[in-house]
Amino acid sequence: MQFGLFSVGDVTTDPTNGRTPTEAERVQSMVAIAKKAEEVGLDVFASGEHHNPPFVPSSPTTMLGYIAAQTENLTLSTSTTLITTNDPVKIAEDFAMLQHLAGGRVDLMMGRGNTGPVYPWFGKDIRKGIPLAVENYHLLRRLWREKVVDWEGEFRTPLHGYTSTPAPLDGVPPFVWHGSIRSPEIAEQAAFYGDGFFHNHIFWNKEHTQGMVKLYRQRFEHYGHGAADQAIVGLGGQIFMADTEKEAVRRFRPYFDNAPVYGHGPSLESFTRDTPLTVGTPEQVIERTLGFADYVGDYQRQLFLVDHAGLPLEQVLEQIEILGKEVVPVLRREFEARRPEHVPSDPPTHSSLLAQGPDSPHLKVINATAGLEQAEDAEVSA
Amino acid sequence: MTRNLVVVTAGLSQPSSTRLLADQIAGAVAAEVTARGEALDIQVIELRELAVDLATMMATAGMPTSRLNEAREQVSAADGMIVVTPVFAASYSGVFKMFFDALDPDALNGMPVIIAATAGTPRHSMVLDHALRPLLTHLRAVVMPTGVFAATEDFGGGADGQQLSARIGRAADELAGPLVTDGGGSVGGFTPNSADTKRRDSGVHVPARVTPFAKLLDGHSG
Repeated sequence: MQFGLFSVGDVTTDPTNGRTPTEAERVQSMVAIAKKAEEVGLDVFASGEHHNPPFVPSSPTTMLGYIAAQTENLTLSTSTTLITTNDPVKIAEDFAMLQHLAGGRVDLMMGRGNTGPVYPWFGKDIRKGIPLAVENYHLLRRLWREKVVDWEGEFRTPLHGYTSTPAPLDGVPPFVWHGSIRSPEIAEQAAFYGDGFFHNHIFWNKEHTQGMVKLYRQRFEHYGHGAADQAIVGLGGQIFMADTEKEAVRRFRPYFDNAPVYGHGPSLESFTRDTPLTVGTPEQVIERTLGFADYVGDYQRQLFLVDHAGLPLEQVLEQIEILGKEVVPVLRREFEARRPEHVPSDPPTHSSLLAQGPDSPHLKVINATAGLEQAEDAEVSA
Repeated sequence: MTRNLVVVTAGLSQPSSTRLLADQIAGAVAAEVTARGEALDIQVIELRELAVDLATMMATAGMPTSRLNEAREQVSAADGMIVVTPVFAASYSGVFKMFFDALDPDALNGMPVIIAATAGTPRHSMVLDHALRPLLTHLRAVVMPTGVFAATEDFGGGADGQQLSARIGRAADELAGPLVTDGGGSVGGFTPNSADTKRRDSGVHVPARVTPFAKLLDGHSG
């Protein structure tokens, strides 16, 4: 199973001293966080993508390429890459380039973003969010799998005789996750292609996360990629740790109370009860995280949010240290102990996909008309 | 078959004249439904009790509390509704609006509704048609033609009081029709006679029906 970090990349004032990092400091802190993740034995670092203040990561492949050059084992990923407003041709090129530079240590997560004006800023219509995600991703898949692409669609200038360069490393496209908090169409999309499904998890109650993952698992099986419990699932999580729960709460509370999104809203106690946020000892984080599998099933990737709400870099690095040294080793052992033999432990990686050879289903272009004739609205058992 | 009526009332005091009006309308609807040979189950949602939950939802980018989800499910499962608000600053109260802001856009599709309001003076009576009716229409509810407005003086005797009772009776008669004939349109989650009308959806659960991906991809090349 893979464990890692996902960063929103927000520039937020530290509420305990009023200090706001510069963009330069925040960019460098994200790099330091990724390198620390590798140092303590975590598997994944994922960068968000934003095109407005107070966020810095507008250009994830640039940052991930820089991190790739300074790491050996870390998988570089995104959380998320905007499949709606980015040109799929540019995504194909950027991530293939990153694959080459990182020796295949790359996957990516498709998402639609959370800032409405990004659509008009990039010339798109937010009301077409789902159709954009559907069409652009279908083209992206083809660009990574067909040598020469002829294509016409609704949203992009047509392509004739187009070859995306560089081709994916070893001819193996990166594994793709689809992230969505509440759109069943995106869970359906992930299931259709046999891709991974990631639920952000941290801003919603567990019943909701459970419902979305269940939908994805059932449809993954429906499309013949394997049994429902073999579908590739990732979850977010949010933690802050100290030697005692009391100390963790004392240190984290000012950051919680002033955090973007939920600050000045619910109490830390109620948010801890209603969402996966865990503020306490490493043992409490272990227990809570293991419980995630009780409601989504045995899963393959767990990403934690540790570097937001103005937390200073030293504290974030300390959290990653505890995570890597005390928490993740136990989680690895315990998750494997409960995982049935036939359920994959890791999501597909470059080497596992390469090992499948030229007949791998991963390399197949799934035709847009596949299954159209029996495509009646489907009931999913509750 | 027992019909299911949900009363949403936004009065803040205890006792509240808004609740008083809500109960009078609910009683009249019960009488009309019973007269048509059916039973009526009445559930009352006091928005004051959900005020903190509503504020929490607004302050967490839309994550509803479990108490709020119960109310959202209750509302979407209803056969008909009565919604009553006090007039605050020339419109419905903030808590009243927050509740409707917290509903799924498809939560009230085809829902037969009586709108009602209370105020200290009859000069606010247009609030029904200028504020409540457009709000409920936006949510694709079916608003009964008769709205019930009660100024303080309408709770007294004389012509004002008699006219209030008459308005309540007329609105109740209007709502009892759709409640009894088609269960308010919520049978099986469909509104009747309109395959194009979207199902009602509380938004609490991940939808049980999915559009197959091939349909979403339909028309694309390759």
